[in-house]
Amino acid sequence: MANGVLKEGIAAGRLAAGEYQQNFSDLHVPFDAHEARVEADRCYFCFDAPCMTACPTSIDIPLFIREIATDNPLGAAETIFDQNILGGMCARVCPTEQLCEEACVRMEAEGKPVQIGQLQRYATDIAIAEDRQFYERAPETGKRVAVVGAGPAGLSAAHRLARYGHDVVMYDAHAKSGGLNEYGIATYKTTGNFAQREVDYVTAIGGITTVHGKALGHDFTLAQLSAEFDAVFLGIGLGGVNALRAEGETAAGVANAVDFIADLRQAKDVASVPVGRRVVVIGGGMTAVDAAIQSKLLGAESVTICYRRGKENMNASGFEQDLAASKGVSIRHWLSPKRVLSEGGKVVGLELDYTRMDGGKLVPTGETVIIPCDQIFKAIGQSLASDGEGVDLMGGKIAVDGEGRTSVSGVWAGGDCATGGDDLTVTAVAEGRDAAESIHRALIGSGITAQARLVEGARTHG
Amino acid sequence: MADLRNNFVGIKSPNPFWLASAPPTDKAYNVERAFKAGWGGVVWKTLGEAGPPVVNVNGPRYGAIWGADRRLLGLNNIELITDRDLQTNLREIKQVKMNWPDRAVVVSIMVPCDEESWKAILPLVEETEADGIELNFGCPHGMSERGMGAAVGQVPEYVEMVVRWCKQYSRMPVITKLTPNVTDVRRPARAAKAGGTDAVSLINTINSITGVDLDSFSPTPSIDGKGTHGGYCGPAVKPIAMHMVADIARDAETRGLPISGIGGITTWRDAAEFMALGAGNVQVCTAAMTYGFKIVEEMISGLNNWMDEKGHRTLEDFVGRATPNVTDWQYLNLNYITKARIDQELCIKCGRCHIACEDTSHQAITKELNGKRHFEVLEDECVGCNLCVNVCPVDNCIDMVALEPGMLDQRTKKVVAPEYANWTSHPNNPMPTHKKLEPAE
Ligand SMILES: Cc1cc2nc3c(=O)[nH]c(=O)nc-3n(C[C@H](O)[C@H](O)[C@H](O)COP(=O)(O)OP(=O)(O)OC[C@H]3O[C@@H](n4cnc5c(N)ncnc54)[C@H](O)[C@@H]3O)c2cc1C
Ligand SMILES: Cc1cc2nc3c(=O)[nH]c(=O)nc-3n(C[C@H](O)[C@H](O)[C@H](O)COP(=O)(O)O)c2cc1C
Ligand code: SF4
Ligand code: SF4
Ligand code: SF4
Repeated sequence: MANGVLKEGIAAGRLAAGEYQQNFSDLHVPFDAHEARVEADRCYFCFDAPCMTACPTSIDIPLFIREIATDNPLGAAETIFDQNILGGMCARVCPTEQLCEEACVRMEAEGKPVQIGQLQRYATDIAIAEDRQFYERAPETGKRVAVVGAGPAGLSAAHRLARYGHDVVMYDAHAKSGGLNEYGIATYKTTGNFAQREVDYVTAIGGITTVHGKALGHDFTLAQLSAEFDAVFLGIGLGGVNALRAEGETAAGVANAVDFIADLRQAKDVASVPVGRRVVVIGGGMTAVDAAIQSKLLGAESVTICYRRGKENMNASGFEQDLAASKGVSIRHWLSPKRVLSEGGKVVGLELDYTRMDGGKLVPTGETVIIPCDQIFKAIGQSLASDGEGVDLMGGKIAVDGEGRTSVSGVWAGGDCATGGDDLTVTAVAEGRDAAESIHRALIGSGITAQARLVEGARTHG
Repeated sequence: MADLRNNFVGIKSPNPFWLASAPPTDKAYNVERAFKAGWGGVVWKTLGEAGPPVVNVNGPRYGAIWGADRRLLGLNNIELITDRDLQTNLREIKQVKMNWPDRAVVVSIMVPCDEESWKAILPLVEETEADGIELNFGCPHGMSERGMGAAVGQVPEYVEMVVRWCKQYSRMPVITKLTPNVTDVRRPARAAKAGGTDAVSLINTINSITGVDLDSFSPTPSIDGKGTHGGYCGPAVKPIAMHMVADIARDAETRGLPISGIGGITTWRDAAEFMALGAGNVQVCTAAMTYGFKIVEEMISGLNNWMDEKGHRTLEDFVGRATPNVTDWQYLNLNYITKARIDQELCIKCGRCHIACEDTSHQAITKELNGKRHFEVLEDECVGCNLCVNVCPVDNCIDMVALEPGMLDQRTKKVVAPEYANWTSHPNNPMPTHKKLEPAE
């Protein structure tokens, strides 16, 4: 029997079983073959396509769409994977409305871009379902590379390195690979255990050994890795969570949004994940939106996102904000947390300062408001959970050059933990791939030997 | 309201939209429905000689090509003439004509190419009080293997001979339906005229194989692993049909011979175009087979509105108006110089015009300006070919602008001459007549 949305406090099982299933099903119903062909036909096969320029991994979008249009989805998948081996996840989670689809000329023509993400999903789903591998490893080079972090950046780097014939050992602190694909992305964006299926698909190339439950800084040091391996890639993401700096933050009911989301992602049954009756989420990014929406989907009666600046400053895309609104989340701006109110050690409300801009600085106006709530999620940004172990940091991230090289010779970094790029899955993939290319060049030297040349997939082998 | 009434070789119908001889006109049931829907006339599905009727294949008889959303673009069929008993058809024709005296009912006929066969069937058809007959010299599959249909239509002497028999043994108006499966459609048309035909109708279907099953390696439609060529029709054949209609309309020998235009007509506009090229009315098959009979409402309303807008009161006001403008290449004005011009406001920057021109034509469209994607025509390279207009996905985005006499053509660095000048007098012509020829009026 469902507990109901009105039950006070933090409780599991607020909804009936069927409601959970419906709430956490696929956000976008995937295309069937006919829908894909019709949508693909909308693509103009642009010259110097702006969508392609807007994709951080530079997928040849017009080509893969044309391959779908001509009933060649495997060819399309190969075109996608050539540039982005995590094209399946990117198709699900990319904020396309800010990337490829925003740039689509059909956006300018009629405000309705070609649904590139959905088409990308169509093609990659077919290849992954058929376990169709497009790449063979080049002959073994004898070089060994350590990849720390098995998130999008690490997986992308590992795959490219393995293709080149290098021997990769991937270390991850978690029990599963995938990084935030497994522990962070909203449930309704990656249903059916897709993150793990994709990890299996990517690592199936061979030459990649994964060691789980081993963390850099705890179980080994960077110096040890550097000594043991020919090169090291760091893709450790942002494991730390910024503090709220509000009074009473330690009350029961105050939690990190990322932990809540991770619990939800790992739950065997989402109905077992407790949520408050009245939830407040603090933040303005994708994490805040995801925590808020999923609280609502778990049956919270009211969910409010409080962001300290205006709508235009929010990191969450317009699409994400609209999605939140459509699920019944209310978003309030110009509010900054001041004090957590609690009774008997449990949260009962949040007092917030109204804020405004004053000469380029955010200041409290002096007025406050109290929002009654029994659960508060902090989503005010993640931070590097490592001191860098000797590599230079910049603005709280590992400093890298255009190829992902850190200040320490033989150590590369990419993804969220490194400087440059937006904190998106697709940028992590791009950075991992480019760092792998740089590592390969360094390992092989300028004169790439015939032996180490990339083995192309079916395309060139015909 | 414009007057859509049609008088085609004395056969009257309330509008110029007839259904062509095909499945939509195979029985009283369909034809009754068609007339209720508003069709002006029908050409009854082709009748054969008395005796056991022909048999059709029992597997698929159609093949098709489609656009992305399964819009039917071209249809292929291997159906034969009617497979129903002759007497049944004749009885139904008589009844339908009685029920619908204001509609045109024309009967299509195909019997063996001997005088006796034609002499035998003509009085039977005449007895139905149908308005006329159409001679099916066009069916390109099956029947042609038996020396009928296109096998007759491809031999002008046979065409003339059969038409002559029909005129001799019948008082009914004779429409000779031509096959497009010839190198020069004017020859059978001239023969039909020589035989005394009242009109020609065209086109029948075009020999075609629409597809190959890449697993079984059978052509489609596949009948137990084998296929045969069929007859192609539908929107895809319209340009071919219009060319043939125009060829007959402007031929010195057949000029003035009434034409019933057929081939891919799907909308009022298609019909208007055929008629402008010289067709006195039109016949429709595939469009009706795709969408049902209701499309005639759109055709009637569209033609009406267009005629009203242009001030054409009757069909005669525009039939044949485009015919004199169809000419030979050698008479095209070489002093008519156009340049493509891109409306930057409308341009969505897809770059198709650039890559089409760059890769396959004249390198006359830019791809960037100040490091930004920008597509603009270079007048000193543009030959005015119009390829960019055809590949541009935006309506009216690229215009072909004619240079006024006296302006400088940036490409040739020559001033545009005001006078008409064609190839016959061009200095590069290796066989110049040195006397400029004008197109015959
Ligand atoms: C809630 C949430 C929702 C998001 N939604 C989207 C979205 O919809 N679309 C989108 O594009 N982006 C989204 N993002 C951002 C996206 O998930 C990240 O940008 C992306 O995962 C970064 O990849 P990464 O490989 O750099 O890091 P991560 O995915 O964080 O992976 C890092 C990996 O390193 C491991 N690790 C960390 N420290 C150590 C260590 N010391 N030793 C060993 N292993 C370690 C971790 O266990 C983890 O597996 C979201 C982020 C969050 C938090
Ligand atoms: C299934 C089918 C059967 C046809 N049968 C005949 C026929 O019996 N007699 C005939 O003269 N034309 C026949 N035709 C040709 C049509 O009358 C018409 O000439 C041709 O289809 C082109 O017109 P459309 O493009 O409007 O279909 C047939 C066409 C189809 C599709
Ligand atoms: S990876 Fe993301 S941005 Fe690039 S094409 Fe795919 S969906 Fe668009
Ligand atoms: S911009 Fe749009 S139309 Fe052009 S290639 Fe990309 S997806 Fe296709
Ligand atoms: S084809 Fe048309 S829309 Fe596309 S760039 Fe050229 S002019 Fe612009």
